[in-house]
Amino acid sequence: MNSAGSLWGYLPFLLMGIPVTLEITFLAMAVAIPVSVILAVSRNSRLAMLRWPAGFVIELFRGSSALVQLFWAFYVLPFFGINLPAMIAGVLVLGLNEGSYFSEVVRAGINAVSPGQREAAVTLGFSPLYRFFRITLPQALPIMIPPFGNALVTMLKFTALVSLVTIQDLSFRANLIGTSLGRSGPVFGLIIVIYFILALILARGAKLLEHHVNRQVGRDLARVTGATHSPVPEWALGGGV
Amino acid sequence: MSGFHWDWQFAWSIVPDLLAGLRLTILATLFGSIVSFALGLVWTLVRLARIPRVTPVVEFFVQFVRGTPLLVQLYFLFYIFPEWGVSLSAFATGVLGLGVFYSAYTAEIYRAGIENLPPGQWEAALTLGLPIRRVWLGIVLPQSIRTILPMLGNQVIGMFKESSLLSTITVMELLAQGNNIGSINFRYVEPLTMVGAFYFVISYTAARLIRSSESSHAVYG
Repeated sequence: MNSAGSLWGYLPFLLMGIPVTLEITFLAMAVAIPVSVILAVSRNSRLAMLRWPAGFVIELFRGSSALVQLFWAFYVLPFFGINLPAMIAGVLVLGLNEGSYFSEVVRAGINAVSPGQREAAVTLGFSPLYRFFRITLPQALPIMIPPFGNALVTMLKFTALVSLVTIQDLSFRANLIGTSLGRSGPVFGLIIVIYFILALILARGAKLLEHHVNRQVGRDLARVTGATHSPVPEWALGGGV
Repeated sequence: MSGFHWDWQFAWSIVPDLLAGLRLTILATLFGSIVSFALGLVWTLVRLARIPRVTPVVEFFVQFVRGTPLLVQLYFLFYIFPEWGVSLSAFATGVLGLGVFYSAYTAEIYRAGIENLPPGQWEAALTLGLPIRRVWLGIVLPQSIRTILPMLGNQVIGMFKESSLLSTITVMELLAQGNNIGSINFRYVEPLTMVGAFYFVISYTAARLIRSSESSHAVYG
């Protein structure tokens, strides 16, 4: 078909969406990480005035979809006199949403550090901030990194939503091209493949980071990345069920 | 026109439209869940059976589905089906898209359920010389279902919220109704806030129910 041929003419325009998509992914992650740490620490706090608001924020963002929140930020906030540029609204909503989910991972990581570590640090007279950033967090990190890789890929997929609030990422451009070609199937097929390749690259990057962090904290790699084998014994798969 | 106040009269007047949208959202979640449970089972069985050529393809497909945005998958199905001569309604396309997307996650849940089984259970079953059928239906299924059910429940809640993406392919579900009301009246505060509240109340309540049922089964470890 000739329209498939003319898709090539739009290719540069389409590919220019890749840096936009990646930019939003990284900016939103840059929001999500500190948000998740703050929420996790607040959630663990003994102070109810920290614990309750954190719980509220987490439930609020997990209680509805990122798309609903995005539309709310984009269409409703202006009625309250808050006019966020689409880019800021998108990055904030994605970051807060993913940060709420990821806070559970951070919390699990922090809670996995043995209490003796904290007690020893208190005994040595370290300040709370020093204790958190130099004792607790480095030990919690290796547990948090594999889910971090997943979160990164999730965020990449999430960013497609911001195309709906006028940001010119891959999906937005695919929509435009589809409209002007009068045929949207092939261009969306193409960007699915592009998203998948980007996801593979990000997952690979997260794996490298995981190795790096494990080496930094002196963890035995062989133990961390155990080989996976089938959980079901061979005989149970035999024919004649 | 100032949007600073909340207009209760307007809010009440749009409830029927929003409920009509909620009905579609729930139906999409229901049918999407059924598709994902069934397809997920197919993926799991193909993985376990390790069929040459077929299993690697399924493995790749599951990876692929998990690695790409649901929104783009929905657009793709929505636009490519007519080109392939497949005429499905937007709703059916959406249900299929949701079902296929989540089936990749369901397959992982089934796998986790089977992996959680202590190895001693397999050994005991072998020692007792039970027929394979009874091993799966009598030993594996009843035990792994306790791991699987709450995870499937959480997935259904996830799908309930994520089904809001169907609004982008012209399905008039909850979010689409809210957007529609907002653009007609140029008043987004009430419809979109109420849409968010509907999602929140239902998914929060459901998540609470699952959590409490989980702890009541805690005796099984």
